Amino acid sequence: MAPKRRRMTVILVALALLGAAAALALTALEDSVVFFFSPSDLATKSVAPGQRLRLGGLVEEGSVQRGDGARIVFKVTDLATAVPVVYEGILPDLFREGQGVVVEGSLGPDGRFEADSVLAKHDETYMPPEVAEALKKSGHWQDGAESETGDKE
Amino acid sequence: MIAEIGHYALVLAFILAAVQSTVPLWGAARGDRRLTAVAAPAALLQLLLVGIAFLALMQAYIASDFSLANVAANSHSAKPLLYKITGVWANHEGSMVLWVLILALFGAAVAGLGGNLPETLRARVLAIQGMIGTGFLAFILFTSNPFLRVFPPPLDGAGLNPLLQDPGLAFHPPMLYLGYVGFSMAFSFAIAALIEGRVDPAWARWVRPWTLAAWSFLTLGIALGSWWAYYELGWGGWWFWDPVENASFMPWLAGTALLHSAIVVEKRGALKAWTVLLAILAFSLSLMGTFLVRSGVLTSVHAFATDPQRGLFILVLLALTIGGSLALFALRAPRLKGGGVFAPISREGALVLNNLLLTTATLTVFVGTLYPLVLDALGGGKISVGPPYFEATFVPLMIPTLIAVAIGPMLAWKRGDLRTALARLRLAMGAVLIVALGTLALADADTALAALGTGLAAWLIAGAAVEWADRVRLFRMPLAGFLARARHLPRAAWGMTLAHAGLGLLVAGITGSSAWQTERIQVMQPGDAVELAGYEVTLVSVGEADGPNYTAERAQFRVESGGRLVTTLAPEKRFYPVEGRQTTEAAIHTTLLADLYAVIGEADGQGGWTTRIYHNPLVPWIWAGCLVMVAGGAVSLTDRRHRVGAPARPRPSPTPATA
Repeated sequence: MAPKRRRMTVILVALALLGAAAALALTALEDSVVFFFSPSDLATKSVAPGQRLRLGGLVEEGSVQRGDGARIVFKVTDLATAVPVVYEGILPDLFREGQGVVVEGSLGPDGRFEADSVLAKHDETYMPPEVAEALKKSGHWQDGAESETGDKE
Repeated sequence: MIAEIGHYALVLAFILAAVQSTVPLWGAARGDRRLTAVAAPAALLQLLLVGIAFLALMQAYIASDFSLANVAANSHSAKPLLYKITGVWANHEGSMVLWVLILALFGAAVAGLGGNLPETLRARVLAIQGMIGTGFLAFILFTSNPFLRVFPPPLDGAGLNPLLQDPGLAFHPPMLYLGYVGFSMAFSFAIAALIEGRVDPAWARWVRPWTLAAWSFLTLGIALGSWWAYYELGWGGWWFWDPVENASFMPWLAGTALLHSAIVVEKRGALKAWTVLLAILAFSLSLMGTFLVRSGVLTSVHAFATDPQRGLFILVLLALTIGGSLALFALRAPRLKGGGVFAPISREGALVLNNLLLTTATLTVFVGTLYPLVLDALGGGKISVGPPYFEATFVPLMIPTLIAVAIGPMLAWKRGDLRTALARLRLAMGAVLIVALGTLALADADTALAALGTGLAAWLIAGAAVEWADRVRLFRMPLAGFLARARHLPRAAWGMTLAHAGLGLLVAGITGSSAWQTERIQVMQPGDAVELAGYEVTLVSVGEADGPNYTAERAQFRVESGGRLVTTLAPEKRFYPVEGRQTTEAAIHTTLLADLYAVIGEADGQGGWTTRIYHNPLVPWIWAGCLVMVAGGAVSLTDRRHRVGAPARPRPSPTPATA
């Protein structure tokens, strides 16, 4: 086969692959992108029940309650609004009242957030960037807290 | 004092790296041998200086010298010695020093072993290595200096994140970095080839083994990290499509493509420009991998505290390296004329297909990983892209890739015959049919996908076996003849068989764990039992246990099957008082076919504990598969032909890369 035709074959295969991958990626992105909400966002924006989303903020002091079995109820707050969260399972080791947390799940019909995963971070001085921003937006970010997020790993 | 020596050595290394990255390049351009001769001694001295700095830092950690801010922030006098040592690279600053040390090691290898390389090529390669070193040493000295003192020194350190005090994670960063930095060899050779305007045979003979070594280390590093996440985080999973995992996976995918295209350059002299481009991509993705993790722009289980100044420095360094090398590629690549014409159906054609699929897969992972960052930077809101995206894009691309893996080696170079190749794979097809039908016969959820997965695994393993049997003429000649053929089979062929079969084991493990994982979460009082996958798991007791620098609640589970005691499991919840942190230690019972995995959670205050028990079928095959792949890489590296690039040495010792 002439080099030119060989090159054309390779280019055509590559284009077909890239096209297929782009189509796959776009449809998959549409279905699996999860938006991040702060508790205040959740109160003001309308969210369809069942839509998957992430909610981030601080675990409200004194809000953690154990329910039946492995069920846990707590509130996530940006210090302006607090949203009750229901989770069943083992909380991550870094989950603590007053600490930053990101939960993923969907809003239930009763207005409680049903989480199926709870992310707390590797480091107790670390604040998830989304949570920091949510606190800044609600006007409760203290610059003092920022200096605590030092270089520790 | 020792810390100051380390600091001073690092500054000297920086200045030397600047010399190493300019003088030899100038010399090579002017044809002045006195200037190119600077490269090799500079690279060796570089290793000495960075080595001194690294040892000085390690000494500070071992001696718990808390007058160093870095040691005070990341260590503690009560930490076990092993974790004092690994603590050197378990923090940002120290891990950067380790990165540069490994870079210096590779540079010294070129200087020491590259005597048979053309003089200008060697000088240019070392100059490029020097440039990378200059960038990283500047980054360390100006933004992440581990040798800064604090006054007054604290009485004791803040301790190391207990999650990192673990043997699996202790050796994960060095392995990962050996992989990342190993690709800098391919990169430096690629840039040098672009400057020279040609890719000669010595080039390919060097690039291939070093890429293979880097790939093997990276495979091992990723596997260690995944294994650690599996048993340490207590979530029962081993891969989360987390941005940081993806950051190490992308260079692996690009590196795998590079490994295969380098074969075509070496054997057939074709695909030169493409291989150079892949080398640039693999290293650029490695740099991005290092920095995505280190800059803290990602929200991930791995994300750590961050500093905007560092982020900017990193971005500039990335832009210079990637932008500069791609611009050079655009200018010079047309000069790299490839030889070796081949038909689409041929060994070369199969390797090109492998490359196209792997790079496309890399691209989909890249999009999913960086899309949230880009969207956020453009003010489009905060989003995350989770596992469903990767399952919907990456997995479909892997299906044709895996099918091609078994067919490619059956095709002849230049012009192959697909029908003959498939006929030779009859036995493998039979194996696929049996395994896939057998899987379908297991009435369970997800069975169609599971059958696809196990079928592909059988295809890979049987395909590798058939190809090997063909080569050694198994059953077609007397035993002695077969043994002789097996003995004389090139090590590289053995390596390929192992790596492809290991991939099959890995696919089987992935399929088994995602299709048939079962879990039970509940509150248990001592004496309570749960049934899971044919096991009866009883919580016997929960008691106190003490470790060297932690206290723990340790549960005792009795595991029975059909009334017979199988094992006892003792998961722990550890508390590290220095750091004020808890960690989860899962207890795992491994059999050939599955893991039984137990985690203990919080007490409910009424005498019960939350517990989580998983049955993870075929997960041990994931680790076995990775190890077999790494073994394949190592065996291939011992091939005599792969050592052509390295000169004969006085005694047949393994190369540093295989040790």
